[in-house]
Amino acid sequence: MGDSGKPLFEELGLLETEYERVVSLMGRTPTDPELVMFSLMWSEHCSYKHSKPLLKGFPTTGTRVVMGPGENAGAVDVGDGLAIVFKVESHNHPSAVEPFEGAATGVGGIVRDIIAVGAKPIALLDSLRFGPLTSQRSRFLFRRAVNGIGHYGNCIGIPNVGGEVQFDDRYEDACLVNAMCVGIVPQERILSCAAKGIGNRLVLIGNRTGRDGIGGASVLASAEMGDDDADKRPSVQVGDPFTERKLIDLCLAMSEAGLLVALQDLGAAGLTSAASEMASRGGVGLAIDLDRVPLREEGLAPGEVLVSESQERMLAIVEPGTLAAVVEMAARYELDATDIGEVTDTGELEALWRGEEVVRIPSLYLTDDVPFADVPQNPAPPPTPVDLADVAEPDDLAAAWLSIMGDPNVASKRWIFEQYDQLVGAGTIRRPGGDAGVVRIPGTDRAIAVTLDCAEWHCELDPRAGGQASVCEAARNVACTGALPIAATDCLNFANPEKGHTGWRLVQSIAGMAEALTAIDAPIVSGNVSLYNESPRGPIFPTPVVGIVGLLEDASKSVGSAFHRHGDQILLIGYGEPRIDASRYLGRCEGLPPAPDLGREAALITLLVSAADKGLLASAHDVSEGGFAVALAESCINGGVGADVTIPKGRRADEAMFGEGSARIIASCRPDDVAAVQGLAGRGITVQIIGEVAGDDVMITIAGSTTQVAVADLARVWEGSIPQALEA
Amino acid sequence: MLRFPGTLDHESAATAVRAVGGDPFFTHHTDTELPGDTHAVVIPGGFSYGDHLRPGALASRTPIMSAVKRHADEGGRVLGICNGFQILCESAMLPGVLRPNASLSFICRQGDLEVADAGTPWTGGRLVGERLSVPFKHHDGAWFGDPGESRVVLRYRGENPNGSVDKIAGISNLAGNVMGLMPHPEEACDPLLGSVDGRALFAALLA
Repeated sequence: MGDSGKPLFEELGLLETEYERVVSLMGRTPTDPELVMFSLMWSEHCSYKHSKPLLKGFPTTGTRVVMGPGENAGAVDVGDGLAIVFKVESHNHPSAVEPFEGAATGVGGIVRDIIAVGAKPIALLDSLRFGPLTSQRSRFLFRRAVNGIGHYGNCIGIPNVGGEVQFDDRYEDACLVNAMCVGIVPQERILSCAAKGIGNRLVLIGNRTGRDGIGGASVLASAEMGDDDADKRPSVQVGDPFTERKLIDLCLAMSEAGLLVALQDLGAAGLTSAASEMASRGGVGLAIDLDRVPLREEGLAPGEVLVSESQERMLAIVEPGTLAAVVEMAARYELDATDIGEVTDTGELEALWRGEEVVRIPSLYLTDDVPFADVPQNPAPPPTPVDLADVAEPDDLAAAWLSIMGDPNVASKRWIFEQYDQLVGAGTIRRPGGDAGVVRIPGTDRAIAVTLDCAEWHCELDPRAGGQASVCEAARNVACTGALPIAATDCLNFANPEKGHTGWRLVQSIAGMAEALTAIDAPIVSGNVSLYNESPRGPIFPTPVVGIVGLLEDASKSVGSAFHRHGDQILLIGYGEPRIDASRYLGRCEGLPPAPDLGREAALITLLVSAADKGLLASAHDVSEGGFAVALAESCINGGVGADVTIPKGRRADEAMFGEGSARIIASCRPDDVAAVQGLAGRGITVQIIGEVAGDDVMITIAGSTTQVAVADLARVWEGSIPQALEA
Repeated sequence: MLRFPGTLDHESAATAVRAVGGDPFFTHHTDTELPGDTHAVVIPGGFSYGDHLRPGALASRTPIMSAVKRHADEGGRVLGICNGFQILCESAMLPGVLRPNASLSFICRQGDLEVADAGTPWTGGRLVGERLSVPFKHHDGAWFGDPGESRVVLRYRGENPNGSVDKIAGISNLAGNVMGLMPHPEEACDPLLGSVDGRALFAALLA
């Protein structure tokens, strides 16, 4: 029995059927530490028991894929024997309970996934969702989460090069904090987490183990948010970025010196998860002497040592002959490296405590034998398109324009990214605030472009098309910089899959993402699933965040979003008609947004990449939240110049200005280069000349009627929105 | 180039030194002497010792800093950038202290500096009032002290990003051989990153 009078398995979050399966697998009653280990490893967060079968639909192979899903992070070939390593991961539930430490340790965790592969981290991004900034609690969570990401990321010296944030009621009690890290590694130095070599030593590196974060993966991350969230604060880990920086330097130095057989970070479920993953992946056993684990405090129970989520720890396999060198090198970096056990041939995870065996579990039971849970498929009724007649047409388009520029979902995110070091490492070619961050691949003339994106309203209304749209938007953002999308990572943030339409939306979104990723030839190489993002107020929107990495063969040819100079021609490139459905302008998640045309998306990417490669474009910017008028204003504000354009009216002028849901890029180029850009247009893609960069105002003419606002006025509203909302 | 636990900008600064023709090498924080052929010293930015206690406080008390002081006393040049500037102030090689920004937030933005004293080697022959575009990135960058105890080499142009006294961005000692600044010239040495105005400070190390 647990302290509450309930059976221990229930207190630990296991179902009765799962407990019975544990007993039947083991052929005996598990010890308390063993039961704690099962409860963590069989939690949704660690086992993906709801989502694993669904993820098989993703494309995961391709000519550039060096290492696909299943390791700490995926890796893709970028030439010269180098690989780019990346992954996005959620830290939603801890951030909702304690936003500063929750968000900070989210950064720490994803960075350790990258260094576990032997890679040097070179970029960070984050994708955030909070309630509206009119809510005091959401302002607190947002401010503290951004502070936490900045504090940790700045101190470990990895540039933050991009991200996105949205504010909506649905995230008021279930915020999302997703972090992505990108690293670089020579391919021959890529490390696996697979333990091997019977008799090799198991070495715990980094911080000492304490009581923090116990049960984080089960109690926090695999349950809905509720009234008792404050009581869960002890389940949130506390970060120490200084130790993380030393850990990064040490792991890279050890990897370079060839001292490591395998490496794994300690994340959710701590030592249990790290050791069982390493054993199962390598097909070996691991024997751990818990008395040798350096502790931060006295009196930890063996189960606590096994599942503590104390941060900044790594687990390494080293040959006995190099153990002394590993310990000596760690000392030079002022870190502990402790021999805590060895690789065995049993396939079992064993743990000794005060000389007695307290754990003996075949590691596959923990990693592979979780009973998979069905995801109920309950389709939502198909949405109907918005009837334009039901939406009042504004008298004053200029006022409507300024109003949407000041919507925090559309407005400048400068308040966020100026708190992040965007430049450390001196490789950031395109900083946050554009379509994608661009970072030089160290030691080469190439660069990568990275972005995170998600179309959650679209996923709610039409999840299959929404999944496609999430991929296509991210890919377009990368292509706008001139980079060719080459691979992807994803973080599937969903509500409780057993309730309502969530399970169906999860399956449909994955199917849509897979179709789009296949169409643009960007396989998934890593990912993360976060379910139960739900509170008594209801479920979040389906939020499958997509991270795309693109490759620029010539770093000097990247394209930004800002207009450059007066006289350049402005082009509208792409396909599709803007629609008011589910737009920021409509302001509600309603209607039926147009589905992407995947063939044309691929053609659009090809056009943008070759136009950039030929040096034809002065700027390129994707039309997204807020529609054409907002994207045009952003290119003007970022460049400090005006524009004079004429666009077709379509169904109505306000829809032409603010409608969304089509794939259109606002680009600019010298007049002499227009014909060359037009010559690149593939099947179904149009390149229209709509005006030129001119003056200090932004002028949009539709059906003979011109809406004109000074760039300075648009900039003031756009830049001021989030800082003003936070002062409330 | 000094490297402490938590130093972050050593590689960027080394690249900048190489770009102006220098041959940088790193010390380890437990070293007690500078290598015999040391010509000039760079203390790069970062979060040495995690900014524990105060930024730069712990690094300023390491044995290697005594060696750096001797190097400066003999007229050798020393450049401290960001955390390096904080370390120079903490070790009293430069006057004043660096206080938290007036906004109490970390800031990271490209900004303009102007030359306030053209008589030191650190501004590469630029005239008083000439402009340099260099990134500002810090949480504790507000210099506070008596400007009369030093030479004010660089000031922020336009808005003061951190509330420093007299918009001071960088100072040298009265002799001019020890220079500290909060902005990051090592991230303004590559045309792809938007500016090469930072090169002057590294070129001054080689003279």
